[in-house]
Formats: sequence, C-alpha cells, structure tokens
Amino acid sequence: MRRYVDPYPFDPEEEVPLTPEQERLYTASQWRLVWMRFRRHKLAVVSLVVLALLYASIVVTEVLAPYTLDSRHSSHVYAPPQPVHLFHEGAFVGPFVYPLAFELNMETMQREYTVDRSEPQRLRWFCRGEPYRFWGTFEADWHLFCPPEDGTAFLLGTDRLGRDMLSRILHGARISLTIGLFGVAVSFVLGVTLGGLAGYVGGLVDGVIQRTIEIIRSFPVIPLWMALSAALPVSWDPLWIYFGITIILGLVDWPGLARAVRGRILSLREEDFAQAAIFMGARPRRVIGRHLIPSFASHLIASVTLAIPTMILGETALSFLGLGLRPPITSWGVLLTEAQNINAVALYPWLMLPVVPVILVVLAFNFVGDGLRDAADPYS
Amino acid sequence: MLRYVVRRVLMMVPTLVAISFIVFVIIQLPEGDYLDSLVAELEAQGEQLQSEQIEYLREQYGLDEPLWRQYVNWISGIVLRGDFGYSFEYQRPVFDIIGERFLLTAILAAGTILFTWMVAFPIAIYSAVYKYSWGDHFLTFLGFLGLATPNFLLALILLYLSQIYFGTSVGQVMAEEYLGEPMSLAKLGSIIEHMWVAVVVIGTAGTASMIRRIRANLLDELEKPYVVTARAKGLPPGRALVKYPLRLALNPFVSDIGNLLPELISGSVLVAFVLSIPTNGPVLVNALQSQDMYLAGGIVMLEAVLVVIGVLISDLALAALDPRIRLGAGVRR
Repeated sequence: MRRYVDPYPFDPEEEVPLTPEQERLYTASQWRLVWMRFRRHKLAVVSLVVLALLYASIVVTEVLAPYTLDSRHSSHVYAPPQPVHLFHEGAFVGPFVYPLAFELNMETMQREYTVDRSEPQRLRWFCRGEPYRFWGTFEADWHLFCPPEDGTAFLLGTDRLGRDMLSRILHGARISLTIGLFGVAVSFVLGVTLGGLAGYVGGLVDGVIQRTIEIIRSFPVIPLWMALSAALPVSWDPLWIYFGITIILGLVDWPGLARAVRGRILSLREEDFAQAAIFMGARPRRVIGRHLIPSFASHLIASVTLAIPTMILGETALSFLGLGLRPPITSWGVLLTEAQNINAVALYPWLMLPVVPVILVVLAFNFVGDGLRDAADPYS
Repeated sequence: MLRYVVRRVLMMVPTLVAISFIVFVIIQLPEGDYLDSLVAELEAQGEQLQSEQIEYLREQYGLDEPLWRQYVNWISGIVLRGDFGYSFEYQRPVFDIIGERFLLTAILAAGTILFTWMVAFPIAIYSAVYKYSWGDHFLTFLGFLGLATPNFLLALILLYLSQIYFGTSVGQVMAEEYLGEPMSLAKLGSIIEHMWVAVVVIGTAGTASMIRRIRANLLDELEKPYVVTARAKGLPPGRALVKYPLRLALNPFVSDIGNLLPELISGSVLVAFVLSIPTNGPVLVNALQSQDMYLAGGIVMLEAVLVVIGVLISDLALAALDPRIRLGAGVRR
C-alpha cells in the first residue's frame, strides 16, 4: 500500500499565517466588532450623525436661535415663513430675506402679508442680537445669525403672538430630546433590576414580577399616561412637572424591557461561564452585573434605543392634549397645541412645522436602533 | 381544550382585580377631589358655596369616607350592580355616558383591526418575497414614516384634505339626517364614510409593526430547507409560498390582537379627540382635567378590561389554531 506524504516538514507549533485583515478581525474586541457591523448599515450611520448634530444643537440653542423663546412681535402675528434667497435680480447677494409688509384686510378680517421684492435685506452673521441668559446662567447676546438691521427674519413664520417659530422649535428640542433620555433611564433601571431579579431568583419573586408585567401591559398606554399625568399637581414648578412626566413615561415603559432581560438571564444563567462564577462563590449581584448583563448589553442598548422614540411621541401626544408639559416649558408637543384645529392647518400651515423634527428624530432613533439590533450579535 | 379555556379565564380574575385597584389609586392621586375643583371654579365665577352645603355634598358622594371604603363601594357597585358610579360633571350615571359611546368605540376598533389586516397582509408578503427590492425598501420606509408621524397630526391633515377633495366633513360621525335615527344599513354606510380618516390614522402605526413582524416570520420560514426542497422539486413559486410557509407565518395575525388592541385604544383616544368623534376618548380627557374621578376611572377601567378580553380571545383563537400552544400550555404551567 502506498501512501502520499507531504514532504514539507511538519511543525505543530507553526501558526497559519493570517492576513493583517484577518488578524485585525480576530483580535478585535466585541464592541469593535459591533461597530464594524454597525457601519455597514448606511442608513443607521447617517441617522446616528443626524442625532449627534441635533443633540449637539441643544447645547448651544440660544446661539443658534435668532430670537429668544418669548420675544413677541406684535406687528408680525401669524407671519408666513420668509424664505432665504441668494440671488436678487440675477445678482448674487448672499443669504438675504425680503421684508414683509403687513395689512389687515377689512373685508375678510384676515392679516395679509405681502412680500416687498424691491429691496433685499441681508442676514447678519456672527452678530450681537437679542440678549439672552445662556442655560439660564450668564447673560450674552451672541447669535449665529441675526435678522437684518430694522428688519425681520422669521424663516419659519410666527405664531399667534408673533413669536419666531424657528427659535421656538430650537428651544423645544432641548425639552423634547432630553425627556426621552431621562424616561428611558428610569425604565432602564427598573427593567434591568426587576427583570434581572425575576430571571435570576425565579420562584415566587419571578411569579410576582411576571404578573405585575402582565397587568401593566394590559393597560392602554396613552390613557394610562394621561391619568397619571393628570395626577401631577397643577401648583408644581414646571421643572418638577418635567421630571414627573419623565418618571411617568418610564414607569409605564419598563415591563417590555424587564421581560426581555428576564428571558435572556434565564437562558444565560445555565451557561458554563455563569455556573462557574456561581460555584466559585460570586454573589448574585456580581454574577448578574459582571457576567450576565455584559453578554447581552448590546441587545439591551438596541432595545433602549428603540424605546426612546416611543417616549418622544408620548410626550408630544400628552402635551398636545394639554395633559403633559405646559408653557412656559416649551417642547415640540407644546408647540403643536397651537395647531390643534383645522383652521391652523388651512390658514397657518407653518404652525405644524414642529412635527418635522419629531418625525426626523423618531425615524433616526428607529434606524439607529435597527442597525444596533442587527449588529448586536457580532459573532453570529 | 376546555381545561385550557377554564384555566385561562380563571387567570383573568386576579388580573382584573389588580387593574381595578390600580385604576382606583390613580384616579385618587390628584390632590383634592371633584368638590375642591368645583368650589374653586365657582369662586372664580364669583359664587360661593356654603360650607354646610359642601359637607352635605361630600357626604352624599361618599367622599368623606376612608379610601379603602370608597374602593370597596366602587368595585362592589361595578361587580354586583353594574353601577360604575356617578359622574359629577354630567350629573348622570357613568354607565350611561360610557354606554352610549361604547358602540362607536367598538366599531372604530373593529374597523381599524380589519384595516390593519387588509393593508399589512399583502404588503408583508410582497416585502418578504421580494426582499431588498426597491419596492421592499419603499414600503418599509413608508411603514417607518407611519410609525414616526404623530397620529393626531396625520388626523388633522387628512381631515383637511378630505374636506377639500371629498367634501365630507369628517368632523362628524355621520351625516346630519341620520342623527337620532335607529341603526340601519344606510346609517352604517354614512358612519363608515365619516370614519375612514380615523380608521386610517389609527391603523397606520399598528400596520407598520405588523408588517415588520409578518415579514420577519415569513423570511425565517422561506429560508428553511423544506421550502428549498419544494422549489427544487419544481413546485410553482406561488404554491411553494402559500401552501406551508405562509400558514406558519400567520400566527402574528391572531396573536397580535393582544398587542394591537392596547395600541388601538390608546391611539383612538388622541385621534377621536382631534376629530371630535364622540367615543370615550375625548370624554376621558375632559374627565381627567376636571377630576371627574368615577367617569375617568370607569373609562380607563373599561378600556383595560377590553384589552384583557381581547388578549383572551386572541389566546383562545391561537390555541384553537395551533396545537403546540394548546398542548404545551398544560405542561408548562
């Protein structure tokens, strides 16, 4: 019998040569792999950039907004948006607006604005404009851009008191974007703690927590939110109302997360590494916190990301009904209360503009969450 | 099967008790009671109530009793006599107020579920079969958009458009001539004509999530070896889709009622408020604002019960359809 033997000397210590590409991949940490997978989801990356920009904007809201939150312009009530132009009669002028002339039509009793196209008014950049208190602390009057000298720049129109919509939307972002984060934080703490307990301890604790989850889930969400937020005392400071609402949002939202955590822990608890940790005498807190949760942390982050948009929509809905935040706190939902009737849609459609950022943010969070969910398990 | 049904129904009882308790606590949470806000309102109008009068009213409504007694009174009234208490604001029994709006709420919910099914079914199948095609991407995006747009705003815009292009005013439930008429086919037609905006608006959010779930299920199923085998053996694509994979992917159709119903009822509150459809939604908003506690409590309670019953029905239907659930339940629980 003849047998073919490779003449090449055999060395068991020899390693299969890796291309640098492979080596990077094999030695990458879990989070690096998640990131590499996430980057393939183009829409999610774009959404992440959009969200980052929006959240960056709330840091410097006062500078970005040409007007302050409450500055009223009684001569420009319900003014339509003034578009920004670049060319005047074929010649390049730079970003400018045409002034609006206001007239009350005595027959229809409607305000009529006419655009005076004869004279372009250039926007001023990096200028000093209306004074404000930056984050309520120190006074300043810097703006990214200001309306022209003795002119107006209502790029998105004004509301019934002649307040600039663009500035109000920018200020509303501060509330609307953060309320989801705080709400999710509350729901995250509750969900992970209770879900972890239910999955790890089991028995009676599990039973009680499971029943509670079932009961809370059988309430329709919006009526429950409404009933709870109606319970916030009217006399409270607006800031307290804000925190009250975030807690309410979180209180109603945690069961979904708890259920997911419980399921994961139940299956992971039986894995060898978890059993080993238990036999070596680790306490439950360490086993859960150090061994179990990190192994599904990426899933957790994905589901948290997907919970934020629900909360933003919830706050918008509550405020729209007058049961959530109230002026002087301004969120996108509070702004939308102005567009509550069909007259607003017909006559002043720009009052509905705050919905654009709402849709944008909710979509972006959904895409990022989707991307994260696909990337959450990089070893699959 | 019978054992499963009985067990499932019995499990509802503690849930309902807990729900009623939570509802009661929530409606008690606001500081003061209806009389306080009534007194404040009268004072704002320059009127005064004698303090004896207030005490009398308080005693009359049982507002001076300890909380647990109020709860026992309330819940025993509901269970034993079908008495949901008395609405302070309307000066009528809560049951009457809720009852006359209930039919409309139910019609709206049923219509919306039908709409969701009719839209989600074909779209989900198309998206799964032509995965990652332009059509799939477009429909997915549309679904996301439906999910992201606040319901109430969509309602406003559609309301406006339908007024301009169709001339029907959807701000009402039915054409004027049917108001107060007994139910008839023509009246039903008129109701449908006026309700479509509400149905579409409430349906959009639920539709999006259902599409995604059916699509995911169907995709899982389509990748399984038996489908490949069937195709390889020359089964026409249509049959290879409908015969088994589709059937198996259909579970969410039934099981989703449990998820869909709370969403629907939540959504309908807002939409009904915007479109001023006289369902229980707008009444609830008002009741909460004026601390008309028995009315608010009655409505929240009723809606929660509706959801519990809906979940029960969907569980039973699922058990009837899928033997794995029916048989597995006995072993696990």
